Amino acid sequence: MSLLSETGKYFLLMERVFVLPDRQRMFFRQFPKELEKLGLQSLPIVIIISVFIGAIMTMQTKLNSSNPLLPTYTTGLVTRDTLLLEFSSTIMCLILAGKVGSNIASEIGTMRITEQIDALEIMGVNSANYLILPKIVAFVVMMPFLVIFSMALGLIGGYGVGLFTNIITTGDYLSGIQYAFVPFYVFYSVVKSLFFAFIITSVASYYGYYAYGGALDVGKASTNAVVNASILVLFFNILITSLMLN
Amino acid sequence: MIEVKNVDKSFDGNQVLKNVSAVFETGKTNMIIGQSGSGKTVLMKSIIGLHRIEKGRIEYDGRNLPDMQMKEIRILRREVGMLFQGSALFDSLSVLENVMYPLEMFSLTTYEEMKERAYFCLKQVNLEEKAFGLAPSEISGGMQKRVAIARAIALQPKYLFCDEPNSGLDPKTSLIIDHLISEITHIFGITTIINSHDMNSVMEIGENIIFIENGEKAWQGNNKDIFHVDNEALNGFVFASELYKQVKKANQ
Repeated sequence: MSLLSETGKYFLLMERVFVLPDRQRMFFRQFPKELEKLGLQSLPIVIIISVFIGAIMTMQTKLNSSNPLLPTYTTGLVTRDTLLLEFSSTIMCLILAGKVGSNIASEIGTMRITEQIDALEIMGVNSANYLILPKIVAFVVMMPFLVIFSMALGLIGGYGVGLFTNIITTGDYLSGIQYAFVPFYVFYSVVKSLFFAFIITSVASYYGYYAYGGALDVGKASTNAVVNASILVLFFNILITSLMLN
Repeated sequence: MIEVKNVDKSFDGNQVLKNVSAVFETGKTNMIIGQSGSGKTVLMKSIIGLHRIEKGRIEYDGRNLPDMQMKEIRILRREVGMLFQGSALFDSLSVLENVMYPLEMFSLTTYEEMKERAYFCLKQVNLEEKAFGLAPSEISGGMQKRVAIARAIALQPKYLFCDEPNSGLDPKTSLIIDHLISEITHIFGITTIINSHDMNSVMEIGENIIFIENGEKAWQGNNKDIFHVDNEALNGFVFASELYKQVKKANQ
């Protein structure tokens, strides 16, 4: 019953979010700020994690596949497909659910408990639309770039292993990442990430918007936002994968 | 003028407002007073429409709030200014931007005109120009209240609501804020409703006072009558402090 009522509340909030903004210029003023805050400020974590995971994946694949019958391009191929299919979209989104989700939930939650949202409502502003819509649109717009960037950096991380260690040669690695490339995987990954971006921002906004009490409750709302957004990302990952790859 | 007629409001079966009726007059500082938990905040939030009432009417110059659709409520709220207990200034905006915000949202004037109006409102509340570019967190509580008043009057509201305007302020600053609210009410002919349990404010600016006790209107009058009322609950509230007991003794 609680799940049902929470889901209903979420959709009612979304109904208020997805309407034309009262003042479009206010939306377009907020939108670049959100692009910067949610997208560009996520770049450092995307860079660090992608490069290191790409490198680790290459090392692990090579070190755990010592069978001489396996072709030399296997490591590059496995690294590339793992990055393209799951890491750069799903795992990266789970990480971003932590960063962006908690950021949104705590920001909106703080505005709620300090009566800033009430102030907007009293002014006659559709606070859900004004606060949440730019965040959702900005993150959905930024996500494909972050995903493609993560893919490229992951591959560079793997290349670094060939360059700086004796585990794999750069030649083997490069031939592996070019072998049997399926461009659809990139499309699939980007499509998934768009859904995930929506889930992360909307779920986090929901928990922030309905936060009540004090600082402790904002913390709880933030935790709930991250946990539930992550679960939904994983659930939709299975759903979208079975729809797109079957 | 705002008229509240036979309003009931309850939460989870607990009736907080019981058949409350009151008239809040235009151009006067109307005050809702009462002990903590008496229902005054619920009454104010019901009048603004943040709580949906179960029974009764809340008329803004004849327009009944409970009958309105959300869209109509939003339009009505553009005629409303509110000063929150914690000021509720937007953290991400500067002092000037906070005051300009409602103008940018709802007025069709140019940027220069909006800026001019914001300057006028900030000057009206005696805020120094050097504070205009600062963030709300960089100014004192009293200054935040002044900025909040400036923001509340930016769109020239017909109705001004103040929730505990003096909470957290020292007596001198409280007095300044009280007089500011009173002055603005009289200059612009606003219907002002102040929710307070500060007796100093009541005595300073209470022109029309509604005393709420256990969710019911127990008394209505002005700051001149309040000392001479034969109402046990009201007397318990008014003369709770030693200072007012002394004042009463001196009057007798």
